[in-house]
Amino acid sequence: MSFPWANEYKPSTAFTRYLDEKLPLPRFVYNAVGAGYPVPRNLNYFWNFGVLAGVALMVQIISGIILAMHFAAESTVAFASVEHIMRDVNAGWFIRYAHMNGASMFFIVVYTHIFRGLFYGSYKPPREMVWHLGLVIFLLMMATAFMGYVLPWGQMSFWGAKVITGLFGAIPLVGEPIQTWLLGGFAPDNAALNRFFSLHYLLPFVILGVIVLHIWALHIPGSSNPTGVEVKAEQDTVPFHPYYTAKDGVGVAAFFIVFATLVFFAPNFLGEPDNYIPANPMSTPANIVPEWYFWPFYAILRAFTVDFLFIPAKLLGVLAMFAAILLLFFLPWLDTSAVRSGHYRPLFRKFFWFGLIPCIVVLGYCGGSHATDGIVLISQIAAAYYFAHFLIILPIIARVETPKPLPNSITEAVLASNAGASLQPAE
Amino acid sequence: MIRIGAFLVGLFFSGWLLVSAAMGAFTFVTTPSAPTAEHEFHKKPKDVDFSFNGPLGKYDRAQLQRGLQVFREVCSACHSLHYVSFRDFAQLGYNEAQIKTIAQEWPTEAPSINPETGEATTRKPIPTDKIPAPYANDIAARAANNNAAPPDLSLMTKARHGGSAYVYSLLTGYQNPPAELKKKFPDSMPGKTTHYNPYFANLNLAMPAPLNTDGQVTYGEGSPKPTVDQMAKDVSAFLTWTAEPKLEQRKRAGTAAMIFLLIFFGLCVGAYKNIWADKKAHA
Repeated sequence: MSFPWANEYKPSTAFTRYLDEKLPLPRFVYNAVGAGYPVPRNLNYFWNFGVLAGVALMVQIISGIILAMHFAAESTVAFASVEHIMRDVNAGWFIRYAHMNGASMFFIVVYTHIFRGLFYGSYKPPREMVWHLGLVIFLLMMATAFMGYVLPWGQMSFWGAKVITGLFGAIPLVGEPIQTWLLGGFAPDNAALNRFFSLHYLLPFVILGVIVLHIWALHIPGSSNPTGVEVKAEQDTVPFHPYYTAKDGVGVAAFFIVFATLVFFAPNFLGEPDNYIPANPMSTPANIVPEWYFWPFYAILRAFTVDFLFIPAKLLGVLAMFAAILLLFFLPWLDTSAVRSGHYRPLFRKFFWFGLIPCIVVLGYCGGSHATDGIVLISQIAAAYYFAHFLIILPIIARVETPKPLPNSITEAVLASNAGASLQPAE
Repeated sequence: MIRIGAFLVGLFFSGWLLVSAAMGAFTFVTTPSAPTAEHEFHKKPKDVDFSFNGPLGKYDRAQLQRGLQVFREVCSACHSLHYVSFRDFAQLGYNEAQIKTIAQEWPTEAPSINPETGEATTRKPIPTDKIPAPYANDIAARAANNNAAPPDLSLMTKARHGGSAYVYSLLTGYQNPPAELKKKFPDSMPGKTTHYNPYFANLNLAMPAPLNTDGQVTYGEGSPKPTVDQMAKDVSAFLTWTAEPKLEQRKRAGTAAMIFLLIFFGLCVGAYKNIWADKKAHA
């Protein structure tokens, strides 16, 4: 699409020629993910995770549609209908465990995809729009996952829904009416369950739509690459098909090996046992925790323990939690370094590997733990670093850092690394 | 402009978090929170070797049948098993006639409606019935048990951290409260209607030790001796089956899936190398 040397779609049969005239769908696919899309030749395995996220979404949509055929979105029978799926529906246990763990797999690959973007500077011009659409997908995913977790109507479903919708209650004046309006009642009940089911079915298709935009926006500048140097000539690229379809095949196979290990051998490993207890509004679980993929944000929410003047700590926590995600939208303007890839940015790289990554891991650990004094203290320090990293440190690094020299072209970088590899045995 | 705004927002959030952390650390040092009885006396579940552990583990049919016997003779007096039907016992190795007998002889009758008068009544269970609950409803369950309704056990081994090992540890974990507990945390001593068990989350639970004497249940010939430990193990295995009846199908399908996927992975790597051969060679 973007480069003049891109292969052109040539329909080979009478039927495809006819189709190409009336509805050039094969041409569209050919140009999007076929031989018509030239891609930098030096992508590493981190570039598999976009395709993997698409695979995960399809797994979720297919398994979800089947589950919806057997699930009853009614608060008195929802829990029992999930058990009906697990026990009496043919292969129901498989579909349900696949959907449950599929959500985790989706977040694993999307987080990797996001961190790929963060390290290699994929958010920088000319790909800001790709980054922004990706963040929209991420927000939609979080909403979808949250609502999906409510559907089995277990203890964590109920109390999770109560805590998360309770966040809106922190908004001054209008908070409580908003919360009641969102839930369709004063506490999560049948009305909430029904609308969550409806939206949980809708949003994945919205995600699918935004993914089309995400890929469309990506195809205008073309894919980035580990060097961050833009494509200059034809020898810098290979056609997506067969080169990257083959490489993605390896990634997809590896993805399914991890996925199958979870589904068949540890299906409840990532889940919270309390969700196998039917929802009970009269009994609060000792430790209300969301699913693992929300832990870092949950830790930020709980890290605010002290009111600031007239702003209550709870509202601060809610603002900070949303800010933690929304600040990523501003990244293209916060990190002004002209060098994209973290490979050529010595200072940036240090802060990425020894600051940001440990900070997220620590926040995740704290978010999943019982909020003792010690855990809250650690999450406060980690959350402080999180905000400082993006809002203060990144803009400063961009100013003070001297990047390493960039290769002149992608091909030069590939030749250099090949030469390095072939020299090694001689040493 | 964006960077100045971001700097201020970052300074505010990070700064306030560090102030909060400092204040928290100060209270932490000056007035450390008192240790709790749970923190000091609660124990992690024991290590138990069940036949169904591990990626290829299977249920031991004889053990599940013994577990069912323990459940029927002991647990079912107070606990329900909502999601299990009599017909499911076919998976424990019983034939149709045996299942019919088990249903007929079940200690509780199934709720029914008199076809002539329309009045609520009960009848002997049949194989397609769910296991009848010992109490008509939650309120009845509470009333009969000092206001602590015995939970349904269908999913118990999936609904607690530690799973099957937790159920086993709880059943074998009853003991007299340690003297130190009385000295340090007199408030955490069991009350009149609670019983000390270090494997339970808050140390004292309403259920008295359900398995308390060896030989409480009489096992059939060729079975191990029905010690408390053996009965606890058997009923924990049975409750693992009630929670995860498809465990064996799952692991079997998983083994096949893994073999398939490993071959598929190998083929994908082969295809990848083949396709990229020219690009890698004279790149």
